[in-house]
Amino acid sequence: MVNPNIQGKRYPKTPAYQVGREKVREFARAVFASRESLDIDYAISLGHKDLVVPPTFPVVIQEQSLKLVLDDPESQIDFSRVVHGDQRFKFERPIVAGDVLTSELSVASVKSLGGNHMVSFETEIFDEANTLVCTAFSTLVVRGA
Amino acid sequence: MPKFSELAVGDVVASKTFDLTRDSLVRYAGASGDFNPIHYRDDVAQSVGLPGVLAHGMLTMGLAVQPVIDWVQDPARILDYGVRFTKPVVVPAAGSATLNITATVAQLDEEANKVRVDLTCSFEENNVLGKAQVWVQL
Repeated sequence: MVNPNIQGKRYPKTPAYQVGREKVREFARAVFASRESLDIDYAISLGHKDLVVPPTFPVVIQEQSLKLVLDDPESQIDFSRVVHGDQRFKFERPIVAGDVLTSELSVASVKSLGGNHMVSFETEIFDEANTLVCTAFSTLVVRGA
Repeated sequence: MPKFSELAVGDVVASKTFDLTRDSLVRYAGASGDFNPIHYRDDVAQSVGLPGVLAHGMLTMGLAVQPVIDWVQDPARILDYGVRFTKPVVVPAAGSATLNITATVAQLDEEANKVRVDLTCSFEENNVLGKAQVWVQL
């Protein structure tokens, strides 16, 4: 189950996360990326400062915010019953290795549907200048007992 | 780089096949930090009523967009990417699960030089991603 009262709740900003170049490569290999997120010379030839992360990399940052929700006794979410319903990333600018990012999550909605609960989150990801770089939208489905 | 003027709604711009093995899942777990044991332990997957060890939805989402990145040759051109997870991808202990990705032009925004590409990701005849849409800056 999910406590419906967490709808609208905002969680504190996560500690700064520095995007490491080798982490980008490790993640890129894990999602079967080609040279675009692996080859630094290629990235620079396109005018980027460093390797550009694969589009789903911000999930690593989102995860830090999500952990705050799952660890929050008020949310009452049983992680063992959670499945991922949907996910979206909207970029304001590309994320590159070297970026230092923080995230701030709010609970957009809590809904019940056929014994399951659906919780939707909106996680804003900011750079060091506190400029929004990406918004991650995610829905978790908590299966009923 | 693809040319906007040469694209039409319905064009298939990329397609690719991926074989997921248990090694792929372990690699993704390490890279992403998602160590939920349903993605590598048969006994745990079974105990929570799943048909088997499942691929991380985020792994499927992550690889499904790669053919589009190969097409435009730059991940920085991906402006917006969203999916629904509609069916689980069961990955056997030995052998692999095969995913077939097709990327089709769905909408053209001439003013902003942007194109929406819709993805299908099929596994054993089922589409495992719903409403998989990528906005690409050309």
